[in-house]
Amino acid sequence: MNIHEYQAKELLQSFGVPVPVGGVAFNPTQARQAAEEIGGNRWVVKAQVHAGGRGKAGGVKVVDSLDEVKKAADAMIGTRLVTHQTGPEGSLVQRVWVEQASQIRKEFYLGFVIDRGTQRITVIASSEGGMDIEEVAKVSPEKIIKEVIDPAIGLRDFQCRKVATAIGLKGKLMPMAVKIMKAIYRCMRDKDALQAEINPLAVVGSEDDQKLLVLDAKFNFDDNALYRQRAVTEMRDLAEEDPKEVEATGHGLNYIALDGNIGCIVNGAGLAMASLDAITLHGGAPANFLDVGGGASPEKVTNACRIVLEDPNVKCILVNIFAGINRCDWIAKGLIQACNSLQIKVPLIVRLAGTNVDEGRKILAESGLSFITAENLDAAAEKAVAIVKG
Amino acid sequence: MSVFVNKHSKVIFQGFTGEHATFHAQDAISMGTQVVGGVTPGKGGTTHLGLPVFDTVAEAVAATGADVSAVFVPPPFNADALMEAIDAGIKVAVTIADGIPIHDMVRLQRYRVGKDAIIIGPNTPGIITPGECKVGIMPSHIYKKGNIGIVSRSGTLNYEATEQMADLGLGITTSVGIGGDPVNGTDFVTVLRAFEDDPETEVVVMIGEIGGPQEVAAARWAKENLSKPLIGFVAGIAAPPGRRMGHAGAIISSEADTASAKMDAMEKLGHYVARNPAHIGQTVLRAMRERGIAVR
Repeated sequence: MNIHEYQAKELLQSFGVPVPVGGVAFNPTQARQAAEEIGGNRWVVKAQVHAGGRGKAGGVKVVDSLDEVKKAADAMIGTRLVTHQTGPEGSLVQRVWVEQASQIRKEFYLGFVIDRGTQRITVIASSEGGMDIEEVAKVSPEKIIKEVIDPAIGLRDFQCRKVATAIGLKGKLMPMAVKIMKAIYRCMRDKDALQAEINPLAVVGSEDDQKLLVLDAKFNFDDNALYRQRAVTEMRDLAEEDPKEVEATGHGLNYIALDGNIGCIVNGAGLAMASLDAITLHGGAPANFLDVGGGASPEKVTNACRIVLEDPNVKCILVNIFAGINRCDWIAKGLIQACNSLQIKVPLIVRLAGTNVDEGRKILAESGLSFITAENLDAAAEKAVAIVKG
Repeated sequence: MSVFVNKHSKVIFQGFTGEHATFHAQDAISMGTQVVGGVTPGKGGTTHLGLPVFDTVAEAVAATGADVSAVFVPPPFNADALMEAIDAGIKVAVTIADGIPIHDMVRLQRYRVGKDAIIIGPNTPGIITPGECKVGIMPSHIYKKGNIGIVSRSGTLNYEATEQMADLGLGITTSVGIGGDPVNGTDFVTVLRAFEDDPETEVVVMIGEIGGPQEVAAARWAKENLSKPLIGFVAGIAAPPGRRMGHAGAIISSEADTASAKMDAMEKLGHYVARNPAHIGQTVLRAMRERGIAVR
């Protein structure tokens, strides 16, 4: 689960991390009010969408008057911001964050991830702030510093000093950096975050009064831990998520929309991925990823068919079930129920294997409905592709 | 022979009296697994499926000599149950649960350091040595005895590969599902090492997916240390970057995470690669013919 930048900043602030003074606004008048309350004579108005790349897409404006704050907010709210991460349809801006503009002297990158190699939380830092860390890793990997955290010991001061020194945070800035790193680590651990990315962490202020400030922050939380993270769950903005994916999750299904025309209903994430692969290798294009999971009842199968068919591009549906804890007879009954209740017009290619397979095949054969059956994965993918290609 | 579990393994079920544990304990018993009892805190002293129920794993181990545990405990309490199993001296703990908070797994992996236990999972169908021992939820009837070791992240794709092999008359020694989570108890290398040490295993099949460095690390290890042919497949050729494809760990975060990059790396290291998920069985057969290994 992701949150907005302003929510990330508020969360970090509650852990003692310095962030710019700011306020959230849902309309231009509120934005102006927020700027007035913040004070000063220069503000940044930032569109709040979950996608990155907002700056280049016109979602970040620096302005010098209250009227301009209002104008900038007016230009953003209600429009769809198209960044390299949103896709061509863009993301609807429903709120902006107004903050005091900072005099930036230098920018750094500071990230916390759960590293899959070491299976531990790892600090990643770089002197190349403001840049995409993947890009830095490609162009100048020597500028990336990593420090692994032992979960039993926690992040130690000396480790933070090591990281700070390596990226060039010296003198008075060093103890500030130590404090910030330790706070972000605590936040990540206590809130079950999978990732916390501060980009940039900036040195701001005058020559004699330099300090560190988090200018942008991104968090990703563990969906599996939301049951014990009420405050995090409350930050969820469903408007940022695909409504079909949200609906599917509500039915215990895992759905991801893709841009092809062969609908897919599969059990298990691995087989679901492999089914998309097989379709692609036969020259077809899958319309979606859908994992019905274990214990797929007839109701669940019906819901899966309905969600897949809501996509107008779908020309046929490939059903691929290898039943372990599932049962092929339940799946077959579910498909018949779906055909009858949804009046499915597109061809269904069905491959059943595993638990109660003979019973499942018999139910389909005796249903009087025209299922196209396939003996194995290859045949199923081939038949599906042949159908859409006519 | 086999890896991790065999006919001598004494298996307990944690969360024994629950619906799923009951169902799969019955299935395991029917295929010959030595199930010796179970643990459900608060139900100690009762019996279930004619077997003793204990309040703690330590009591179960003391009374039955159990060395393997099937952990059927809900995700919020699962890591604690695994620590209890390790603490009680269980040698192989298999955790089926999908949805354990990742920070719990990070702490569990730290807790294990220096302790002698294999953790299989989470988010796995488990482990099976055909005809001897099943600890998990897989359809046991598709697993026939043979000389191939199979290890995978996905459950259903493991079934798929197993059936493809069975259709060609190829059987297995042991099947290990390491699970679809980003932080898991056993990595590919650990399982490959066990297959290398098992004289009955003559061929190894490794089925990975997008996300994480495990497949390539294992392929590198295998080039230096595995004397048996390795056949690989990586699912997710058609997966878009940045999306979690069902499994918590199946997400492309960088170029190296893609299925193609991983399969390219495996091929470069000299391993057999099935580029199509429907061709895993035939690729295994080809490898065996080329290497002069008998089909069993």
